[in-house]
Parts: sequence; structure tokens; C-alpha cells
Amino acid sequence: MTPWLRRQRALADYTLAALARRRGKNAALVAVYALVVFALASAMFFAAALRHETTQVLQDAPEITVQKILMGRQDLVPAATVEKIAGIRGVTRAEGRLWGYFYDRTNGANYTVMVPGDKAMEPPAGSVALGEGIPRARGFTWDGAPLFLSRFEGDLQKFEVVRTFTRASGLMTSDLVLMNGADFRAFFGIPEGLYTDVVARVRNPREVDTVVAKAGALMPEMRFVTRAAIQRSYQKLFSWREGLLAALIGAAVLAFVIFAAEKASGLSAEETREIGILKAVGWDTRDIIAMKLWEGALVSGGAFLIGTVAGFAHVFFFGGTLFAPVLKGWAVLYPEFDLAPQVDGVQLLSLALLTTLPYVAATLVPIWRTASADPDAVMR
Amino acid sequence: MRRRRRDDARRSGPVLAGLGLLAAALAAELAWAGWSAPETRTRLEGERALVGALGLSDTALFTEARYTRHPSLADLNTPFQDHPGGFDHFPSASIVPVPALPESGRLWFAGEEEPS
Repeated sequence: MTPWLRRQRALADYTLAALARRRGKNAALVAVYALVVFALASAMFFAAALRHETTQVLQDAPEITVQKILMGRQDLVPAATVEKIAGIRGVTRAEGRLWGYFYDRTNGANYTVMVPGDKAMEPPAGSVALGEGIPRARGFTWDGAPLFLSRFEGDLQKFEVVRTFTRASGLMTSDLVLMNGADFRAFFGIPEGLYTDVVARVRNPREVDTVVAKAGALMPEMRFVTRAAIQRSYQKLFSWREGLLAALIGAAVLAFVIFAAEKASGLSAEETREIGILKAVGWDTRDIIAMKLWEGALVSGGAFLIGTVAGFAHVFFFGGTLFAPVLKGWAVLYPEFDLAPQVDGVQLLSLALLTTLPYVAATLVPIWRTASADPDAVMR
Repeated sequence: MRRRRRDDARRSGPVLAGLGLLAAALAAELAWAGWSAPETRTRLEGERALVGALGLSDTALFTEARYTRHPSLADLNTPFQDHPGGFDHFPSASIVPVPALPESGRLWFAGEEEPS
């Protein structure tokens, strides 16, 4: 072992002995610190994974969605408008869509009922395909149990369940009830020739904005939502400064700031006396700083590792269960879904810097001040 | 007394070993992330195809209200959707931010209509 290493080892030994003297206080410190890192790491991993998943998956979202706005509210679109949109130059295909919401009076859940865009996915008459959340919310006890929906008192509609989506697509399909077009019209009482909205495909994706501008001038009562706008919405929802992440980590960051500020505001009388004694027995300022660096590194490094390892496990092995109550709110249905682990070096590095640097800096600054003073004055 | 001195002498051993173990656990987690990447890619491709086939535009993460279930298609232009000045009725509405809104409150003019 080189002398330098031996010196560092001895400093680490001394630091740990000093920490062990206030065992309870320091254990609590590491625990709280690790908890803050855990919350921060979980939120970061969760949001990054969700952002990655949604941007990947929504690449095939409808290119342009057209809604009709009447008296400030969304209204049904007549078939003639679908043809008008299909006739715009650059549009290759326009199709009316049928979808809506259904409030299940039996359990208070909201379902999204829709007719699949792809005809091959349409279930046969009298049957439905369900997202993974609905059998769970309805408490289906056996495979192949039919779905009964009640629109009003005394009404009961029976649907055979031909398919249930798995949790592999739970994030997108959890609350879906897929129906046949004719069943949908009969169930909601929508006459033929009317649609919820229209989706349009454009030959050249770079022409989307031009097509939207042209169509907007032609049909000012319509609202156009592009795929790029959908993706922007989701980027924003899971971005660092806004939405989900801000709500989740706001409290953790605040706690950490208070914690670091308290630490930076000064040393306890005991710590000051310890430094005085060390200086009096011959330690120089450099040794004391090195010792305190060890203290900062051991405490913050330990807390960072515990918090990050636990945060990763929480999000990717346990599905972020602690976030579920926050995200669920009052909803009855909350999707069960797998998240793709999406961790990069920059993310880990920023987490490490965000959590360890302020702490190390906060412990070093007051030490520097005390250690460079006269030991006699410090001890007094 | 002797035991205490021995504790003091090499206290860093177990602690450094513990830190090493934690670092190894983190490395193992990251390795697992890399190792499961092909499987994840297959799942995401399947999910993406499903989104395309069904024509989905939003995630099913918040099923409380129209504007949280389909933030991108919500009728945000509807006046008095909730009561004016009221707190959010649904807790998740405090998490879902307002989607990209028009940048400014100005009306948009085509080139030739632009006021000079």
C-alpha cells in the first residue's frame, strides 16, 4: 500500500470512528438523505421511462385528427365533412372515427369505448375486446366472463369478451372497450353518417403543416391536432420542469434544500471543539479538510448508492407502486404496465451531482472557516 | 477494551465493502437494463403497431376526466368547462399541465392580410 493510500485509509478510519460517536444522529442523517435520493431517483427514472415509452409508441398515433367545434364544444362530424377532408390535396386518406366515454355506474370507472381504426381488429357483433384494467375493475373471476354494461337504470347490455389486452400494452390500452361499428352506434344511439372525429393521413409528412393551414382556411369550424402536437403534449407532461415530475419531486427537492441549508449554516459546538483539539494536537488545515471530505463522501456516496439502487428497483422491478396513489387520484382504473428501463449516463451523473455536490459543499464551507482559525480561539 | 480498539483500528473495512456491494448492485441493475433491451424493443414495437391499428392518441394513465385521459384531444377551448375560479375537481389535473397552447394571444393573419 502506498503511503498516500495508507494515509487515506487512516483518515477514513478516523472519520468513521468520529461518525460512530454520534451513531444515532448520523444513521438518521444517512436514512433521510437516502430517502430524498430515492424519491428523486424514482421520479427521474419513472418520468424518463414514461417519456421514452410514449414517444416511441405514439410515433404511430394518427397523423392529423380533425374535430368539429360547435358553440365552443366538440360535436359529431357528418360524413360529408370526411369526404371534404379526403378531397384536400396532399391527403391520402381520411376516415371518420367512432369513440367516446362510458361511465360505469357499477364501479364508478370511466372507460374509453372505441371502434378500432383497423377493420381487422374489429370484434364481431355482440362482443368486445377489453384493456387489462376492466376485468380487474369489474372483478371478473373466470376467463371468458361476459361484460355487462348498464347505460341507465333497468338497462343491461351483454357483450362477449373475445380478447383481453395484456399489461404489455397496459399504458395505452388499460381502459379500452373495443366494439364493432354497428354495436357502437346502437349502444350510444349515434345515427349513421355521423362520426366522433376524423383522422387524416398525408402523403408527405413534411406537408402536414401546409395541409392543416389549407384545411383550416377551408373549414374554420374544425380543430386540427397533429401528431407532432400530441408528442409535444407528452414531452411536456413528462419533462423535467413541468407536470408529473415537478409534482413528484417538488417536495423532495424542497426538503433537500432545507437540509443542505441547515447543514451549511454552521457547525455544532461539539464539531468545532473537535476541530480545535485536532489542530492543537498537530493536524494541519489540509488534514482536517481531507477528513471532512471523507465524511461528506461517505455520507453522500452511501446515501446516493442506497437511494439510487432502491429507486431503480422501485420503478423497474415493482412498477413504481409508490407513485400509483398519486397518479391515480380519484380514478377507479389505474393501468398496470411494464416500463422499459431507460437510464443513461447523463441522467445518472446529473442525479449524482444534484444530490452529492450540494451536501459536500455544504459541509466543507463552514469547516474551511473553522479549520483555518486559531485552535485556541476555536476551542474557547 | 481490546475489542473496542480493534473496532477503531479497521472500521473502514466493512463500510467500504458495503459501499462496494451497493455499487455492484447498481452496476448489476444497469447491466440488466442493457440485457433486457431487445425484449423491451420487441414489446414497444408491438405496442406501437397496436397504437397505429387502433388509432390511439393518448395514454390511459389518468382516467378521471376527459382532459386528463386525452390531453391532446381535450376541448380546452370550451368555456366554463369547470366552474370559473374553482380548484381542480380532479387531483390528476394538478399533474397534467396545459398542453402546448398558441404562443401569444394575437390573431394570426395570412401574409397578404398582415396589417402594416
